[in-house]
Amino acid sequence: MTDPAFLLIQFLNGLASASNLFLIACGLSIIFGVTRIVNFAHGSFYMLGAYFAFTLADHMMPALGDAVGFWLAIPLAAVGVGLFAVLVELVLLRRIYRSHELFQLLATFGVVLIVQDLVPAVWGPEELFGPRAPGFTSFVTILGFRFPEYQLVLIAAGPLVLGALWLLFNRTRWGTLVRAATQDREMVGALGVNQAILFTGVLFLGGLLAGLAGALQLPVEPANPFMDIHVIAEAFVVTVVGGMGSVLGAFLAALIIAELQAFGILVFPEVTLVLPFLVMALVLVWRPWGLLGRPEAATGHGFAGDRPLRPLGTPGQLAAAALIVVLLLLPLVLGDYAEKLALEVFVFALFAFSLNFIMGAGGMVSFGHAAYFGLGAYGAALAVKQLGLAMLPALVAAPLLAGLGALAFGWFVVRLSGVYLAMLTLAFAQIAWSTAFQWVELTGGDNGMIGIWPSAWASNVTVYYYLTLLLCGAATAFLWRASFAPFGYTLRAGRDSPLRCDAIGIDVKRHQWLGFALAGTCAGIAGGVFVFSKGNVDPGALSIPTSVDGLVMVLLGGIQTLTGPLLGAAAFHLLEAYVLPLTDYWRALVGLVILLLVVAFPQGLAGFLRDLIERRGASA
Amino acid sequence: MSALLSVSGLEAFYGRAHILFEVALEVGRGEVVALLGRNGAGKSTTLKAIVGLLADTRGERRFDGRDIARLAPYRIAQAGLGYVPEERRIFTDLTVMENLEVGRQPPREGAPAWTPEKLFALFPNLAEMRDRPGGRMSGGEQQMLTIARTLMGNPRAILLDEPSEGLAPVIVEQMAVTIAALKDEGMTVLLSEQNLYFARALADRAYVIEGGRIRYQGTMAELMADEAVRQAYLTV
Repeated sequence: MTDPAFLLIQFLNGLASASNLFLIACGLSIIFGVTRIVNFAHGSFYMLGAYFAFTLADHMMPALGDAVGFWLAIPLAAVGVGLFAVLVELVLLRRIYRSHELFQLLATFGVVLIVQDLVPAVWGPEELFGPRAPGFTSFVTILGFRFPEYQLVLIAAGPLVLGALWLLFNRTRWGTLVRAATQDREMVGALGVNQAILFTGVLFLGGLLAGLAGALQLPVEPANPFMDIHVIAEAFVVTVVGGMGSVLGAFLAALIIAELQAFGILVFPEVTLVLPFLVMALVLVWRPWGLLGRPEAATGHGFAGDRPLRPLGTPGQLAAAALIVVLLLLPLVLGDYAEKLALEVFVFALFAFSLNFIMGAGGMVSFGHAAYFGLGAYGAALAVKQLGLAMLPALVAAPLLAGLGALAFGWFVVRLSGVYLAMLTLAFAQIAWSTAFQWVELTGGDNGMIGIWPSAWASNVTVYYYLTLLLCGAATAFLWRASFAPFGYTLRAGRDSPLRCDAIGIDVKRHQWLGFALAGTCAGIAGGVFVFSKGNVDPGALSIPTSVDGLVMVLLGGIQTLTGPLLGAAAFHLLEAYVLPLTDYWRALVGLVILLLVVAFPQGLAGFLRDLIERRGASA
Repeated sequence: MSALLSVSGLEAFYGRAHILFEVALEVGRGEVVALLGRNGAGKSTTLKAIVGLLADTRGERRFDGRDIARLAPYRIAQAGLGYVPEERRIFTDLTVMENLEVGRQPPREGAPAWTPEKLFALFPNLAEMRDRPGGRMSGGEQQMLTIARTLMGNPRAILLDEPSEGLAPVIVEQMAVTIAALKDEGMTVLLSEQNLYFARALADRAYVIEGGRIRYQGTMAELMADEAVRQAYLTV
């Protein structure tokens, strides 16, 4: 274990994976630096690099000979991905440079979903094993250990790319313009530089680097349809730890994280998935803009159609009362399946509503709200499975665990703002996910836990329907009320002008912290109720896609409205239940819905309806 | 003589706030014109609106015979209208030479062709810090650099937003000498200022703006003679 030669080998393995991480993360960082877009689709670029390389090598190696064919296929695959990235820029990103960062994140996630369905459709669902790299198929012996030659190629790739990028950024006009635009792109435009050329070029470069990383990985790891999500989370961590926009920072961060993982696996193997996210949380608390990053200039992008929340007027109160009566009477006309669907809508409505509470009133864009939904779900499941508790105490455990998690994570989160805040919430959700995934003895790992059913008295669907309505309705009403309590006003004041709030003696962070914990607790209630309706829980409840579902619901309904998330949750869940089973390409469908929403209806359903009503009112 | 830059009926908004109301002004070729007003009167907003940096504007803007009202900022700069922002907005990570490189545009007919060497003759202290990052320069040096950077675009006219603001008196004097030198080379300048005495030394004519409206226009000499206008709109 402590044999120095073995440690050296492990160090070299760490260097090889550091190269890979750096190649992915530096492109992400460069793209963010200039466009200010956090590109979720970067993982897709990486995955496409591996698949492009597979296909190219498959055709070119027989035609041109192994060596020429392979070593030509790798750069060609990278260029191919670069061109794909340019396509994404021209068709999508160009339309949303002025949008709120939430819309940008979601839009690029829409691309992820589309590519996820595209790849198996083109290349099939199986793993594709690439050829070994000609010229580097053997081993070298280092202090008595056999070390693959190809790992040395990977080790060299990182510093070589770093050097090439340094030359590009410091010795060419284009590079100087990119560095200038990273700091102040508007000023670069005012000096006569067409930013479109910079943006398109930067996407090409970033896509090229991610594609190169994917292509170079092919001899080591088979191309598979899950490479994208796995790699994107780590790439985010590296980018954020290094400081977004800093290439050298990405290099350092990749080195630190890859080495920590290489040695961490020797000491405490269970921690490998969590480790990068722990590093990120610690670094961000110590340096809120990463190792070599700089404070973000306030971009000042508001949500489309920002306007103050208004309490319900008399018509609104009547409508709410009527809705409650309808929901109470609904079981009289619905069958079991529809009742179950309806109660799931309540669950997701609360989930979305609590997310909107921290985003809308709190101004904190969370990309990991699933953490608290999932903690609630696991809290209830663990209470039943590990503690042998009945349903009602388990339903208390759900918000308790979620609330404690939100308190702990929230303490870090509220110290940041903007994109860094969103990334940290994502990191915490990944910590929760990794824990559920790797702590098999406690959580059942990937399989999760099954057989978590309501107590006998609540096993009837209709009874559980009313229980769900009561719990989710009460929690929603509570958050609604809080939005108009002095606490809600304080939160919104802190969102709109943190400095002024500080100046008049309001502790903005403390209020945000409390708001975050409240929202997490309520999401936990939703998670707990959800477990008993499904009978099981698995790490999917904590995953990125669940967080994104919540965001899509909020966006679909309309952010900065209170009715929006409720409407959005209903629309999204019913869409999921009725439309998605009809197609094999449901992810692509959701992706397209996201793109449509972001580009065409940024105000969402509720905002759209409100605008329509106001326009009629104005013309009447 | 037709004006090089002419603006009329200019309105500007920040969100729902209406900032500029029917602003109209003209700058002739080779003229130095001052836009005077107190803090918050609308000087910077006017300049930003002219160079296309505001999202929500209405009204006519013509430069060198071209309609520039709908053009992107980079196209306006490429048309030969340079802009020097009040906040300077130096690229702090980039060296002096690199800052100049960002501003570089091809030479333009009917405008002086600037090179770093010519600019160093105009701004001698910049010559001694070619490789210094912009972030490690004094305010006065940054102010020189931001003007030099805009000149690298070989503009036919420049908009200078409060060039004397926040500078030590001796630097303000240097700045006045520099702008006078540009004027002697035939440069057209629209200068926004609070400092009446700085403007008096340089400008041929002046507009006075207050509450987003042009309240007065005349030659510099007329303005200096009009105690009432100065009292109403300029003294603090």
